[in-house]
Amino acid sequence: MAPQENNVTDIDPPPPPLPPRRKQSGEVSLASLQVAPAQSRPTTALSSIDIATLSFPDGSRGTFPTTAMRAVSSPVPSASGCATPNQAGLSSASDELTDSMSVMSFAQTLRPPGDLASLVAGEMNRKSRAWNLLRSQSTTVQPFECFDAGAPDDLAGFEYEFDNIPDATAEGANDEQRLSLWKSKMKHYMILSSAGKPIYSRHGDLSLVNSYMGIIQTIISFYEGASNPLLGFTAGNARFVIATEGPLYFVAISRLGESDAQLRGQLEALYMQILSTLTLPTLKNIFVHRPSTDLRKPLEGTESLLSSLADSFSKGSPSALLGALECLKLRKSQRNSINNTFLKMRCDKLLYGLIVAGGKLVSVIRPRKHSLHPSDLQLIFNMLFESGGIRAGGGENWVPLCLPAFNNRGYLYMYVSFFAGNPDSTSAASPAQKERSSSDSLEEQDEVAVVLISPDKESFYDLKEMRDKLAHQLGKNGSLAIVKAAANEGRPRIGAIAPDAQISHFLYKSRANVQFCMSSLEPAFSGLEKMVVRRRLMSLYHQLHASMHIKHSHLKVLHCINEGAASLAWITPVFEFYCIASPNVSREVMTQGANKIIQWAKREEERLFIIGGGVF
Amino acid sequence: MADLAGAPRPSSSVKLVLLGEAAVGKSSLVLRFVNNDFQENKEPTIGAAFLTQKCNLPTRTIKFEIWDTAGQERFASLAPMYYRNAQAALVVYDLTKPTSLVKAKHWVAELQRQASPGIVIALVGNKLDLTNDSGDGEGTDANDSGDARKVSTEEAKTYAEEESLLFFETSAKTGYNVTEVFTAIANAIPETSLKTARGAGASAAAASRAEEQRVNLNGPRDPNAKEGCAC
Ligand SMILES: Nc1nc2c(ncn2[C@@H]2O[C@H](COP(=O)(O)OP(=O)(O)O)[C@@H](O)[C@H]2O)c(=O)[nH]1
Ligand SMILES: [Mg+2]
Repeated sequence: MAPQENNVTDIDPPPPPLPPRRKQSGEVSLASLQVAPAQSRPTTALSSIDIATLSFPDGSRGTFPTTAMRAVSSPVPSASGCATPNQAGLSSASDELTDSMSVMSFAQTLRPPGDLASLVAGEMNRKSRAWNLLRSQSTTVQPFECFDAGAPDDLAGFEYEFDNIPDATAEGANDEQRLSLWKSKMKHYMILSSAGKPIYSRHGDLSLVNSYMGIIQTIISFYEGASNPLLGFTAGNARFVIATEGPLYFVAISRLGESDAQLRGQLEALYMQILSTLTLPTLKNIFVHRPSTDLRKPLEGTESLLSSLADSFSKGSPSALLGALECLKLRKSQRNSINNTFLKMRCDKLLYGLIVAGGKLVSVIRPRKHSLHPSDLQLIFNMLFESGGIRAGGGENWVPLCLPAFNNRGYLYMYVSFFAGNPDSTSAASPAQKERSSSDSLEEQDEVAVVLISPDKESFYDLKEMRDKLAHQLGKNGSLAIVKAAANEGRPRIGAIAPDAQISHFLYKSRANVQFCMSSLEPAFSGLEKMVVRRRLMSLYHQLHASMHIKHSHLKVLHCINEGAASLAWITPVFEFYCIASPNVSREVMTQGANKIIQWAKREEERLFIIGGGVF
Repeated sequence: MADLAGAPRPSSSVKLVLLGEAAVGKSSLVLRFVNNDFQENKEPTIGAAFLTQKCNLPTRTIKFEIWDTAGQERFASLAPMYYRNAQAALVVYDLTKPTSLVKAKHWVAELQRQASPGIVIALVGNKLDLTNDSGDGEGTDANDSGDARKVSTEEAKTYAEEESLLFFETSAKTGYNVTEVFTAIANAIPETSLKTARGAGASAAAASRAEEQRVNLNGPRDPNAKEGCAC
C-alpha cells in the first residue's frame, strides 16, 4: 500500500491557483536576469544569430532544416530511464533543434538591459538599407503561410485526426483499412493495467488495438524488473512516453512533437480523471483483490471525459501547456461586486463556488484554508466545456466526483447549472453544435455556468436554492449581463492592445496567480478549417515552452525563426510570455511588440486575473 | 419562469426518477419529453441531471421534477437519494439488450422495497425503432438485416402485469409513445398523493400561455414548448 501511495504523493502538487499576489515592484524589467547562472551552450547559440538573418521576404529560408525537428518530440535529457533505440537519430534531431533557434539570449551579465528590446536587439541586428527595404514588404506574410505554398508538411492529415474509426460491424470496413486509419492518427493515448488488460484507447475499439496493447505491456514489463523503468522511446517518427501510476500504465504516442515532460503532464491529467471517477483507495482496492480486473466497468461513463481531455491536448491546450487557468477579463469593481454577491448568497453546505463563462473563470469563493488546484479545475472545466455530458442534459446536474489534488480519498458533490447562453436559441445548450471534431469550442462558448461544490451528498436542494438566489441577484444587479457581454466579446485582440505590434498571437502567464491570458485566435487560428494552422501555432508554443523548461537550462529569452513563423519566449519570475509572428518580422520589431503587450498585461493585471478571489 | 406556473388548474409537483442500465436511452427519453429532440450520439450522463417539465391534464397540471440518473454501477449507492420521496419512477431497458431487462427488474425490486409505498412505476422498453414492429413504421433499420429485438413484448408485459407496473415500448428516436408514458404516469398518480404546489389565481394572460403549452398527445410538439420548463 505504501509504495503506491508514494507514487501519488511524489507527483509535484500543482501550486494553488490563487495564492496571495507576489509583490513585484517597478516596471517590467530584466534586471533579475543578471543573477542567472551562465548557460552551457552560449557559443552555438550566438553563432546562429547570423544565420537567422538570412531570410527572404517570401518566407523562404534555406539555411536550416526544420522539418525533421518537428516530427519527433525532442527528448529532454532526463535523469534516467530513456531507453532509446536509435540514439544517433535522436541526437541529430536535437542538433537541428538547436540550429533552428536563431537567437538564444541567456543571462546578460555585461549590460543591464532596460527591457526586452534592448536585451535581444543590438549591433548584430542592424541590417543594410537594402535589407530593410526588402523587409518592409514582407510583413504581410502570415505565420505558417509557407505550408499553403507547399512546404513539406508534418501535419498532413491532421484535419482527420479526430474522425472516428468505424467499428468492425460497419459495412465496408475491413480490418486492414481500420488498422491503416488507426495508424494514420498522429496521437494515441492508451491506458492498460499492469496485468496487460486494456482499459482505454483514444482511437480504435479495443478489439483493434488489443494486440498493440499486449506488445506495449511486454515492452514495459521487460524493463520492469530493472531498477531503471522504461520512461519513453522513439520508433520512426513517433515518440512513446510511458507513465506508471500504481496498477496502471499510461502510454502516449505522439507525432506532434511535444516534449517528454509535456506528454507526461498529459498522461498525468488522464490519471487524475481516473482518480476523479474512482478515488485512489477504490482504485487500489480493485487491483489488490483482483489484479486481472477489467477496469472498464467501474470506469463506465468516464471514457468520454478521457477522450475530451485527450483531444484538447491533441488540438493543443494553452491551459494544459502552461498549467494555468484562463479568467474572464472584467473590471476589478465588477469582479468584486460579483464576488460579494456570491459570498452573500453562500449556504453553509458550500465548500467551493465557481462562476465560469465560456471556459473562463469569472469568480471563485472558497474557505480561507482551502484553495483550488489547477489540475482539479482542469477536470471540472473539461467536464463542463469540452465534453458534452453535462451541457447536453440541458438541466441542472449533480455530480459526485473526487478532486484528486484536493483529496484523492473521497468524493465531493458538484452542482452545475448553465444559464441559457443565448435567450433566442430554442435549446439552451445547443449541444448538437458540439461535435468532437470541432476545434473552436474554446472560442465559441459564451455560456455561463454556476458550479457549487459540497462535501455533503444530500445538499443538492440547498445548493440549488443558493444558485437560484444567486442567479436572481446577479440578474438584478446587472452582473450577469456584464459577464455575458464580456464572454461574448471574446479574448483581447492584439490590434486593440498594441496596434502596431506585428505579432500574430501571444500567451501570457502570470506565475504568481497561476493564470494566463492569450490573444484572440480569430480570425487566423479559429474555426474548423483552421484546425491545422491552430495546431501549428500550438506546436510552436509547445516547442518554445519545452526549450524554456529544459532542466537546468536557465534560459530566459528565446527568439526563434523557422520557415513558418518567428517566435519569441521570455520568462521572468513574474511571468512567462510566448508570442508568434510572421517569419519575416525582425527581432527588433517583435521585441518592441512584445514589450507593449507585456506592459499592457501589467497594466491590466487586476482585470485579466483573479487575485485572491472571495474568501470565507 | 415561476410566473407561468399559476395556471388556473391546480398544479402539483411530482418527483420522478429514471432508473436503468447505462445507454438504454433514459436521457434520450427525457430529452424527447422536455425538448422534443433526439441526439444520435449522446454523451453519457455524468452523475445525475435534474430537469422539470409540465404536463397538462384536463383537470390539473403536473409539474414533473425529473431525476435522470447515470445508471453506473459505482453510483448505485447514491440511488436512494434520487428515489426517496419520488412519486413516480421510470425503469427503462433496451429491448435489443436482454441484460438490461434483468437490471430493470433489479431496480423494480429495489423500488418496491425501499421507495415510498405509493410510488407509480412504469417499465419502459426503449429503442423500438430498431425492431420490425417499430410502432409507426418509421423504424430506420426495419428493412435492414431485420429485427434487433431481443426482449419480446409478451415477456416484459407479463412481468409488468405481475408487478403491477405501467408498461410501454417506446422510441426516443422517433418519439413514439414517449409523451404517452409521462401522461400515463401523471394520470396514475393518486389525487391524494398530490400536494398542490401553488394556488390557482393567475392572470388570464398566463392562463392562455399555459394553454399553448398543453402537451399534445398526437404528435411532436413545437420545440419552443420548452417554456414550461423551469430550468
Ligand atoms: N435507435 C435508438 N437509439 C436510441 C434510442 N434512445 C437512445 N438511443 C441511443 O442510445 C444511446 C444511449 O442513450 P442515452 O439516452 O444516453 O442512454 P442513458 O445512458 O440511459 O441515458 C445514445 O447513443 C442514443 O442516441 C432509441 O429510441 N432508438
Ligand atoms: Mg443518461
